[in-house]
Amino acid sequence: MSSPSDQTRRTIILTALATAVHASAPRSAAAEEDAPGSDLRPQKADVLVFAEGDRAGEVIKPQDLKPGGPAVRAWPKDPKTSVVRKGSRLNEVVVVKLDPAELDDSTRPRSADGIVAYSAICSHAGCPITAWVKAAQGEKDVLKCVCHNSEFDPRQSAQVVFGPAPRRLAALPLAIADGSLTVAGTFVGKAGAQQGG
Amino acid sequence: MTMKQWLLPSLFASTCLFSIAAGAGPIENYSPVTADRLKNPEPGNWMLYRRTYDGQGYSPLDRINTSNVKNLVPVWTFSTGVVEGHQSPPIVNNGAMFITTPQGQVIALNAKTGDEYWRYKRQLPDDLFQLHPTNRGVGLWQDKLYLATTDDHVVALDAKTGKVLWDTKVQDYRKGQYLTLMPLIVDGKVIVGGSGGEFGVRGYVVAFDADTGKELWRTFTIPGPGEPGHETWSGDDWKTGGAPAWMTGNYDVETRTIYWGTGNAAPWPGETHPGDNLYSTSVLALDPDNGKIKSYFQYHQNDSWDWDEVDAPMLVDLQRDGRTIKSLIHPGRNAIFWVLERKPEGIKYVAGWPFVYTDVWKGIEPSGKPIVDPAHKPGIGKRVEFCPSLWGGKDWPSAAYSQNTRLVYVPANENFCGGFTGEKLPLVPGQLWLGTKPEDIGLKVRPGATHFGELQAWDPATGKKVWSHNFPKSHLFGSVTVTAGDLVLVGGTNDRMFRAFHAKTGELLWEQKTNSGIVGMPVAYEVDGTQYIAVQSGWGVDAQRIQDALATQNNVGVENNVPQGGVVWVFAVKK
Repeated sequence: MSSPSDQTRRTIILTALATAVHASAPRSAAAEEDAPGSDLRPQKADVLVFAEGDRAGEVIKPQDLKPGGPAVRAWPKDPKTSVVRKGSRLNEVVVVKLDPAELDDSTRPRSADGIVAYSAICSHAGCPITAWVKAAQGEKDVLKCVCHNSEFDPRQSAQVVFGPAPRRLAALPLAIADGSLTVAGTFVGKAGAQQGG
Repeated sequence: MTMKQWLLPSLFASTCLFSIAAGAGPIENYSPVTADRLKNPEPGNWMLYRRTYDGQGYSPLDRINTSNVKNLVPVWTFSTGVVEGHQSPPIVNNGAMFITTPQGQVIALNAKTGDEYWRYKRQLPDDLFQLHPTNRGVGLWQDKLYLATTDDHVVALDAKTGKVLWDTKVQDYRKGQYLTLMPLIVDGKVIVGGSGGEFGVRGYVVAFDADTGKELWRTFTIPGPGEPGHETWSGDDWKTGGAPAWMTGNYDVETRTIYWGTGNAAPWPGETHPGDNLYSTSVLALDPDNGKIKSYFQYHQNDSWDWDEVDAPMLVDLQRDGRTIKSLIHPGRNAIFWVLERKPEGIKYVAGWPFVYTDVWKGIEPSGKPIVDPAHKPGIGKRVEFCPSLWGGKDWPSAAYSQNTRLVYVPANENFCGGFTGEKLPLVPGQLWLGTKPEDIGLKVRPGATHFGELQAWDPATGKKVWSHNFPKSHLFGSVTVTAGDLVLVGGTNDRMFRAFHAKTGELLWEQKTNSGIVGMPVAYEVDGTQYIAVQSGWGVDAQRIQDALATQNNVGVENNVPQGGVVWVFAVKK
């Protein structure tokens, strides 16, 4: 086993980006969050946009994602109204591109070209999923909530593989339309923590 | 009276329908809590966070003592139905017990039988980000209870029924503001301090009218423009500089002064907030009438280690150097055991010494300012290691002081180091703002370490360690309580044990394995002439985080197998 400090630290989104994020966050962000539909859960045919980084707000295309990760944080966006659904943090998702052969039979039908998406809110205490790191047990990279160390395997419907989380992350079915990632259905499972926060 | 009968007349009936689960009904013959009772609590009750305003964590009960503690057995238990860290003391007022749990739950129990009277369950928002999903207890005043919640409200409940009497929003949870502490009640004021240092908040202590919930005063722990101490911040850093106040303060009844601890500056690397950063990592002396800051002492300047010093110092009349010192005693997260003096002109440094290994401090100046070794001070763009780890020599779990032995009992952690790489990152309201990648936070065991947790007994008059008990395979993350029966009570280890030690010798006298690990605070109380010991078992939050870190260390041999789930345990001597 390796110590946390030895672990592979391929940032997901979080960090590097995180930030820039808001450096670039426009003043109209609050207004955008209040726009009609901004707090609706992801809807079928929504596109996905980067939640942070230099390309925050841009539509995500399959080629934007590096195979094997890292995962990317994203918001759904209504393509008709251009409203980004960031009115609720429960709408944020993480997207990662994996080898389709690694996906299990439940996950594969919800994926698009090996790309899978899950709620970015941990089912334990509502913290955000911010890391794409080597699992505490095993060699694969997994989605991690660093608040309380829960880990989820995106190859297996984001089932819990470490930590106190009581259940898997909600899955968001994906498709590719007109060269962009789009939402193919509503969340499978509950987004957010089991008991309130 | 049926539950339906006593719910319907309420103005808050709709709330109560959500708030109260099935129970036996209201508490009969509840004993109203007065200022005099809080100032001089009956020996058999535990009505404040540490039983008394001085924060000593000392019970004068001695029916359970060193000679009979071996016969201590569970007399009742109660499952809370909640996982995560159960950190609150069971509060006891003349036979009525009130416990709190994560998720904003209050349960009223018969302290003698364990029967449930009523239960309040807060409906927390679905989008709440609970970094520290816990609660440390209810405050009592007259016939009311007060709960501070993780969605940043203070709620008043009818002590007899659990009915909501008022509910005051403090700040916006969506911006990282939250509450986990037990309110301090002083003369009809409900006083709480905010959490959220990890989110770049500006810390504060605030008082509400106990009857109405109306805000009476609010004192920010970071001075604004024109206020003394503002010059210790650069630019606009004061607006987001942390210094949260997330633990209950103590109170000097004689001088009417509240002593409240404050947390680290934000974000973690000191380079991101140049200056001494008052009043982060300090103890504040506050006037309970208006919140005015009378005095302060800063434990260390320009914090860069995430060393909250929020655990309020104990008020102890100490015989030292041939005189009585009205002292403040604080075993710090920064590894220094502090002895301060409450003087009319303010808080003064008396003595300080490391109580666990540290490589950060080279010494302490006569003024009480610790001298930092820059090689172990985290900065921007470089990985820096330091000892102790960011969880410190002693985190929030409280130490205790025995009026019998005149010793201080410290739940310490030894041989832990840590580190991180500082980064300058912009603040995003409601998101973690640590100044490093969260997954970069490390905990490393010192080479050759023989143990981690260490229950220590210190003589604050001489600065000498009198005894210690080492835990080879566990950290120690639980508050200590001491009794007049010369028992030191503590859980806090990953073997799920609850233990009693001899206060004078450190001999382990009794232990009991519980359902989970204990991060809660033990209490002693009495009903109908029988003494009881009570504690909540329910592992989680930082105790679990340290456990996770230990379990992934090489060659340490600590397994990550502490089950979660809260249970109240109550013990008595088998007759």
